[in-house]
Amino acid sequence: MRGATMMRTIAGLAITFCAGVAPHALNAANPPGAPSVILIQNATVLTVSHGTIEHGSILIKDGKIAEVGQSIKAPQDAQVIDAAGQFVMPGIIDCHSHIAVDGSVNEGSVSVSSMANIAEVLDSDDIDIYRDLAGGVTAANILHGSANAIGGQTVVIKLRWGQPSAKLPFEGALPGIKFALGENPKRSNFSLPGQPKRYPATRMGVEETIRGAFTEARDYRKAWDDYNKRVSAGGKNLIPPRRDLKLDPLVEVLEGKRYVHAHCYREDEILMLLRVAKEFGFKVRTFQHVLEGYKVADELAAAGVGASTFSDWWAYKVEAYDAIPYNAALMTRRGVNVSINSDDAEEATHLNQEAAKSMKFGGLSYDEALKLVTLNPAIQLGIDKRVGSIDVGKDADLVIYNHDPLSAYAVVQKTVIDGRVYFDRQRDIAQRPERENEKKALLEKEKKSTEKKPDAKKPEEKKPEEKKPEEKPKPPALVASTGGAL
Amino acid sequence: MKGIFLSRKLPYLFWLASLLCFVPFAAAQSQPSGTVAITHAKIFTLAGNTIDDGIVVIRDGKIAAVGASVDVPAGAQVIDAKGLQVYPGMFDAITQMGLREIGAVSATVDSNETGNYNPDVVAATAVSPSSEHIPVTRASGITEVLAVPASGGMDSFGSRGVLGGQASAIHLTGWTIDEMLLKKSAAMVLNWPEIQTRTFDFATFTRKEKPYSEAKQEYEKQVNEITEWLERARHYAQALEKGSAAKYDRDIKLEALVPVIRGELPLLLFADRAREIRNAVEFCEKQKLRMILAGGSEAYKVKDLLRAKSIPVILRPTLTLPLEEDDPYDRLLTQPAELAAAGVRFAFASFDNSFARRLGQNAANAVAYGLPYDEALRAVTIYPARIFGLDNQIGTIEPGKIANLIVTNGDPLELTTDVRYLFIRGQLTSTNNRHKSLYEKYLNRPKAQ
Repeated sequence: MRGATMMRTIAGLAITFCAGVAPHALNAANPPGAPSVILIQNATVLTVSHGTIEHGSILIKDGKIAEVGQSIKAPQDAQVIDAAGQFVMPGIIDCHSHIAVDGSVNEGSVSVSSMANIAEVLDSDDIDIYRDLAGGVTAANILHGSANAIGGQTVVIKLRWGQPSAKLPFEGALPGIKFALGENPKRSNFSLPGQPKRYPATRMGVEETIRGAFTEARDYRKAWDDYNKRVSAGGKNLIPPRRDLKLDPLVEVLEGKRYVHAHCYREDEILMLLRVAKEFGFKVRTFQHVLEGYKVADELAAAGVGASTFSDWWAYKVEAYDAIPYNAALMTRRGVNVSINSDDAEEATHLNQEAAKSMKFGGLSYDEALKLVTLNPAIQLGIDKRVGSIDVGKDADLVIYNHDPLSAYAVVQKTVIDGRVYFDRQRDIAQRPERENEKKALLEKEKKSTEKKPDAKKPEEKKPEEKKPEEKPKPPALVASTGGAL
Repeated sequence: MKGIFLSRKLPYLFWLASLLCFVPFAAAQSQPSGTVAITHAKIFTLAGNTIDDGIVVIRDGKIAAVGASVDVPAGAQVIDAKGLQVYPGMFDAITQMGLREIGAVSATVDSNETGNYNPDVVAATAVSPSSEHIPVTRASGITEVLAVPASGGMDSFGSRGVLGGQASAIHLTGWTIDEMLLKKSAAMVLNWPEIQTRTFDFATFTRKEKPYSEAKQEYEKQVNEITEWLERARHYAQALEKGSAAKYDRDIKLEALVPVIRGELPLLLFADRAREIRNAVEFCEKQKLRMILAGGSEAYKVKDLLRAKSIPVILRPTLTLPLEEDDPYDRLLTQPAELAAAGVRFAFASFDNSFARRLGQNAANAVAYGLPYDEALRAVTIYPARIFGLDNQIGTIEPGKIANLIVTNGDPLELTTDVRYLFIRGQLTSTNNRHKSLYEKYLNRPKAQ
C-alpha cells in the first residue's frame, strides 16, 4: 500500500524495458483436460451462510458446488484436493475495482458521461487481474471513475485470468452505472492553472446535474413510450424519437434494469441522492465509499441501499476526514448491508484482512466480518443466487488459505472460479524459474536485434501505468493535484 | 507590516540561534514522578527471554525494573495485566506525522518544501502536536515515529526534493514539540535521483518521453549537484575547523550538511530500483557518508551489497505491489524474509500517516511469507531504534530505557488485537482518538424518525 499505485505510476514513468513475461503466458488457467469433478476435503469450510464446518468437504461438479458436508466420498473420476489444516471460504467479491481496464477509467470531459461503458474496454491482460486473483478475489465490480456526477456504465466480471476479455463479464449480472458526489465530480482537488472550471463546481451543482439528466431521461422515455404506443395501435408513417446514447442507460435506471453505484463521502450528499432518487422513482443500489455512512445509517437502512466502504482509509482529503474504521460495523448494526471494497489493485489483494478489522473496530462477529467481502457484496451486485457463500448449487468460486483468512498471517493457496483452479501458489512458484529464463531469452534477443541495427529505434518501453483508482490516498503527496481518477 | 514580519521572524531566529550553539532543541522535560507497576503480565522484553508472569516497574518516565520476581514499590499505581501481554511500543520509521493532516489540502501540508535543496529544514519545527493523526496512530500501539520531510512523495508540482531536510524522532504524545521530541535531527533526507525516460509534466498534465541518453545526462547532472553541495559543505566544515568561520558568510544550508559529511548524521536515502541503490551505495562510500536506505523495493537484488556495506533498509510496506508486471506477485511480501536470511538489517515503516496503523499488519504479512516472527517484531521496535541510534533509549523493555510500552490482549501485529494500555515516557496515555469519539457519538445517535 503502500506506495502502491502511485509508486507504480512513478515506476512506470521510469526506465525499464521489460519483456512482460507475466504468469499469463504459462499459466495453465484453463487446462483443456481440467477435471470437471473436484473434491476438496479435510478443510475448515467457512460457508458464510450456515456456519463453519470443521474437517469439511466440498464436492464440485461442472463448475458448481454439488455437495458440502463433513465427509463426502470421492467419486471415482474426481480430482482430490487435500486441504488438511487449511481454510476454504467463498471467493472474495470486490464491489469497487478498476482493474482490467484498458487506459483511463475516467471520461472526465463532461459532467454526464453515461454514454461511456467500461465493458467496452476490458483488458484481460492486465496483470492486476492475476494479482487480485492471488489475493482470493474471484469477482469484481469494474467501475468507471468518479470525475462526473453521472459517470460511465459499469460491469461485473469474474477474474478468469487467461481467458479473453469477452469471457470476463459475470454472465447475467445486471450492469450498473457510476454516479459520483462531492469533491471528485466538482473537481475540488483537480484544478489546473489556466484550465477553466467545469460545471458543476459545488455540491448544489452536482445535485442539479443529476436532476437535469433524469428530467431529460424521463421526457425521452415518455417520447419513446408514446411512439411505441402509437406503433402498437397501428399508427403508420411514424417518426421514432431520436436515439440518445447518453439517456438510454438512464432510462434503464428508471426501469430498474441498471444498478446505480454512487461514489460519495458526506452524510448530506448521501441523503441528497436518496431524495433525488425518490423524486424520479429510481433506486440507488449501492453507495460506494460512503465514509460518513455511519452518520446516516438509519436512513440508509430505511432506503434499503447497500453500502460499500473502505476498512480504514482516511484523511487523504477533507471529505475523508471524518472517515472512521468503525464505519462498516456501525452501519451493519443499524441494519445496512455493508461490504468492504478495494478501489485499488493492491488493496484488493488483502480484502480478507480488511474485513477482519471490523471485528476490532466495532465488534462485528466472525461471520459478519466474512460476509463483508463475500455474501454482502454478492447481494449488492445482485449475484447472490450464484456466488457469495458455500452452498449447493452455487458457482464453485472458492479460495483456499493456509490459515484463518481473518488474520494477517493467512496466505492464499488456491483460487477457484467455476470449479477451475485459476490460481495455485505452488504452481506459480514452480513456474518462476521458467518465466525467468523466458524473460532472459527475450531480453537477449532484443539486445541482439538492437546491436545489429545501431540506429534502430529504442525498444518499446514499458507503458506507463495509466489507470488511476479514484481516491488514491496512498502514497504521500501528489494528491493535491492528481490524487484521483484524472 | 514590518512588525508582523519581525514577529514572524523572531521565533525562527531564536531557533537558529539555539541550533548554532548546539544547544539541545528540547532540554529534558520534567516528568511526573509517579511510579507504576504492571503486574502479572507476559512480558516480551525483546532483550533476553520472554517473562511469562512478570512485573514492569516504571518510575520517572523510565523503566526502573523488569522481571519475574520484582517487588512492587510501595505507593505505586498497580495495573493488573493478568492475561495481557507487554511489548515495547512500536516505532514507525517513516511518516509525515504532524506535518501532514489532510493530504489534498495544501494548507494542512508542511511535509514538502519548495526547491530541491533544503538540508536546513527540520521536521520538528513544523510538527503540530494537535494533529489528529497522533492519537489515531498511537491507539494502534505505535509510541514513537520518525517525522520525515520530503519522504518519497511528490508535491503538487511533481517535485520530491533532493536534499529534503532533517527527519525528527518524536514520541506520540506531548503538549508541545519539546515534550514530544526524542531526537530533533535523526537523519538527513536524500531523494536519490532516478534515470527517467518517461516523465509526467504537471504543468500541462502530459507525459513526456526522452531518449535514455538524455535521461541519463539529467540523472548525472543531479548527482553532480549533490556532489557539489557536499563538497561545498566539506570546505565549509574545514573553514569552521580552522576557526576562521568569522571570515566567511554564514551559510545555514551548508552548516546543516556538516554533520552529514562528518558521518555524524546518516542520510535517509530514498531509492527503490537496484540500479539506483547500487549507484547510491557507491556514492555514499566514496563520499564517506552514512546511508540508511528507504524504500528499497528492489533491495533483494542488491542484498549482498547491502550486507557487505552494512546498510540498513527502511522497507516500503510489504503489501505494495511489485514494480514490474513480470515480478512475482508476492515480490515485496517475500523480500523481508530474503533480506533477513541474507543478513541485511531492516525495519518496517508505513511511509504514510493515514496508514501508520497498518505497520503491524505489514510486519505480520512478511511473517506469513517466511520472515521469522521475532524478526518481524524487532523490525517494528528495536531495529528501527538501532538504525537511528536510539536503541539506548527505546525499543526494548530494559531498566534505564524510556518507558514506551504497550499492554495488549494479544499479538500486536495481528489485525484484531487491542491495545489496552499505552505508556509513553512512562505516562499512561489515552488511546482515545478522533475515530473512537466519532464512533461513540454516532453509536449513540437515537434511531432516526
